[in-house]
Amino acid sequence: MTQKLIVIGAGMATGRMLEHLFDAGADYDVTLFNAEPRGNYNRIMLSPVLSGDKTYAEIVTHDDTWYAAQGVTCRFGERIATIDRAAKTATAQNGDVLPYDKLVFGTGSNPFMIPLPGHDLEGVIAYRDLEDTTRMMDLGPANKCVVIGGGLLGLEAAAGMAARGVDVTVVHIMGHLMERQLDEAAGYLLRRALIDKGITVKCAANSKEILGENGHVRALLLDDGTELPCDLLVMAVGIRPNVQLAQDTGLAVGKGIHVDDQMLTSDADVLAVGECVEHNGAIFGLVAPLYDQAKVAAQTLMGEQAQFVQKEISTKLKVTGCDLFSAGDFADGEGREDIVFRDPARGVYRRLVIENNIVLGAVMYGDTADSNWFFGLIRDKTDIADMRDTLIFGPAYQGGTPLDPLAAVAALPRDAEICGCNGICKGQIEDAIAAGASDLGAIKATTKASASCGTCTGLVEQVLAVTLGDDFVLPAAASICGCTDMTHEDVRRMIKSQRLTSMPAVWQECGWKTPDGCHVCRPALNFYLLADWPLEYRDDPQSRFINERKHANIQKDGTYSVVPRMWGGITTPDELRAIADAADKYMVPTVKVTGGQRIDLLGVKSEDLPDIWADLNAAGMVSGHAYSKGLRTVKTCVGTDHCRFGTQDSTGLGIQLEKELWGAWTPHKLKLGVSGCPRNCAEATCKDIGVICVDSGYQISIGGAAGMDVRETELLIQVPTEQEAINVIKAVTQLYRENAKYLDRIYKWMAKVGLDWIKERVAAEGDALVDRFELSQTIYRKDPWAEHVTQQAERYKPLANLSLEAAE
Amino acid sequence: MTSWIDIAALDDVPQRGARMIKTALGCVAVFRTAEDEVFALDNACPHRAGPLAEGIVHGKSVTCPLHNWVFSLETGEAQGADEGRVATYPARVESGRILLDRTFLQARSAA
Repeated sequence: MTQKLIVIGAGMATGRMLEHLFDAGADYDVTLFNAEPRGNYNRIMLSPVLSGDKTYAEIVTHDDTWYAAQGVTCRFGERIATIDRAAKTATAQNGDVLPYDKLVFGTGSNPFMIPLPGHDLEGVIAYRDLEDTTRMMDLGPANKCVVIGGGLLGLEAAAGMAARGVDVTVVHIMGHLMERQLDEAAGYLLRRALIDKGITVKCAANSKEILGENGHVRALLLDDGTELPCDLLVMAVGIRPNVQLAQDTGLAVGKGIHVDDQMLTSDADVLAVGECVEHNGAIFGLVAPLYDQAKVAAQTLMGEQAQFVQKEISTKLKVTGCDLFSAGDFADGEGREDIVFRDPARGVYRRLVIENNIVLGAVMYGDTADSNWFFGLIRDKTDIADMRDTLIFGPAYQGGTPLDPLAAVAALPRDAEICGCNGICKGQIEDAIAAGASDLGAIKATTKASASCGTCTGLVEQVLAVTLGDDFVLPAAASICGCTDMTHEDVRRMIKSQRLTSMPAVWQECGWKTPDGCHVCRPALNFYLLADWPLEYRDDPQSRFINERKHANIQKDGTYSVVPRMWGGITTPDELRAIADAADKYMVPTVKVTGGQRIDLLGVKSEDLPDIWADLNAAGMVSGHAYSKGLRTVKTCVGTDHCRFGTQDSTGLGIQLEKELWGAWTPHKLKLGVSGCPRNCAEATCKDIGVICVDSGYQISIGGAAGMDVRETELLIQVPTEQEAINVIKAVTQLYRENAKYLDRIYKWMAKVGLDWIKERVAAEGDALVDRFELSQTIYRKDPWAEHVTQQAERYKPLANLSLEAAE
Repeated sequence: MTSWIDIAALDDVPQRGARMIKTALGCVAVFRTAEDEVFALDNACPHRAGPLAEGIVHGKSVTCPLHNWVFSLETGEAQGADEGRVATYPARVESGRILLDRTFLQARSAA
């Protein structure tokens, strides 16, 4: 008979528990309460959301469809008020009384707020849920934020905000950062790395009072009298199990809700999992043990025998771009010995703490590639006497000869954790392979390994390689060029995740084989860097193809063509006269109307370019970017102005779009068209982005082409107003800028990521995309002609003229 | 014997860039690498006469802007699968000035 199960809290532990239950086909009618007004998401991925590497949509683990498919009754945004264990009923806040057969506590934990004077001011928050994350994301560049707490959580908050341009100060009471996971030396390296990211770090700093103004936080006052001004103060000093409801219900509670090895509380019909529990005196904050608990709880609910066993856990720091690992116990002590390896030039530090030839703890900074192997030694209490001499160098150096890197993976036991985000161990991946998964995509789909942050992707591929042997071929994606083995996508990921903001940094970190790239990779890198870091990166003209370096199209005889912008294809007699005068003055041999409704002056000599530009500028015209991997033209029809069929002001929209988008660099050229009705006189359906105006609004479609390939656009969205149309177009342009491979037109990019993905992203983070687009436009929406005429005209002339001298 | 003539300041040519010099017998391209070495080559690519001074400079090579032929700045030889060569001329930097050899430049007329 179907039993009633009430689950309190939709967190990572209960989410995983429900998965196990439903996977096993357990017969439960589940009602899920959650105080947050949403379902289960991957809370440890809030940091990448904060730093902008992921969106909220990407970290949702169970969506409405999933709950519906499993028949879960969701009561999100609601709390349980009381529980009557004798009657076996729970009463919701609105008074509903629900009977249960089994009840599971997954109430998680509350952030600990230091009761400093002023802690209740507006603008003082914790770092715990999506609301907190959103507050931090909304702070905006150039604002000030103070983070109290130099632990994992505080540093991820600080690094995430710093990545968004916020001026961040971290205040930590201890002498070095992350003192529970790191020793002083590693703490120092971490501090230095954070300072390099522009974060101010104050250790051994005692907070005294939070100062406010009109009820809002203004500054943090330290007990040495220092005042740190801030617009937002984040307290990230720790968490406390949330036991209030359990306590009120009369369950046994210590630091957390007491559970036994079966995850049962002091009431045999009530279980508890996650951060709210206390098991054998321990409480839990990392995800791996929570998932173990979830599995045990599910088995208990199904009447199976299972036992929760506490294991060694390790910590890796994500997000901040600092490679850092710590595991086990590394405190000094009687009889303990250290092996320390330092390479200051590479910023590498490794320390092992050993007692009786057993590794007790490991701290690594800068190079954590071998961390899994060391963690295995700690957990398995391996006797290291035989390899002590070479131990610190890692698994590749054990046994006299360097080992095949795959040997280290092959040697891992089945319960070695491969994917920390999802708590997936090697055995689960091997089982998935045995069940037929033969590539990374299948492993991701069947086990979730490497499906979150992705740092373990290489390891998962190695497990595949070891298990499948010759049957596994590493997907050999084409590299950018001969200078590197990395693909465009890999390099873009590195630029974002490692915060590489200069070309030398990319060459260094990605192991370029040439000193300064080549004509293939340099223009691509130049684009990626300026698209990702518009405020920090300075455009490199020497990495641009001549057309963009000289802002004119090179022709086969070394002359250039010049195209002034005509907004939306509209011009005036004055402009036409100025173009005609320029054509006469500079003896332009050919004047042609282009396919994008502009006038092309062909055959201009290089040294005449600044002069002809100056003349056209003087007549009010700017560069048409007809040479650029950027916005070219917005082609229009006449719309409602003159046409008897036109439904909207298509010319006006075209002009406005061109004025907002011009100057934006994109992976390839970007052409737009706006047609006033489905007769499509502007041929909008073969442009990169096309708009068809209809009576009810604007149909925006993307992915058209009329070049090497001829393609029709596909519908992205229809919106009712002009402003929404402009915003969608900006958002999709920015998404294309941030994600596409250099020299992929929109249709090629769309073939890789899928139109549905583009739709989802534009819907989920349209405003943020528009904001990032606008930010970039503050730097790049300018007329290069005017700039070169005043600052670089010399460069267009010969360096010297020796023709007379040679004739002497 | 060489007779060096002062052409311009090193900084008049951008790093990883080039500028063109007019001579009575056509144009010479002066290149500056990331390491601040300078090289002088005929400006015209032997393939379709593309202006090499407008190419992308990388390492000690330049890529022609018209059809991506790559030439060694040291030898003038086309790299990779392409075959061809551009003339090279002695060039050096002294006290931040670019010097070219007049004798060699004039020898172009004899060639």
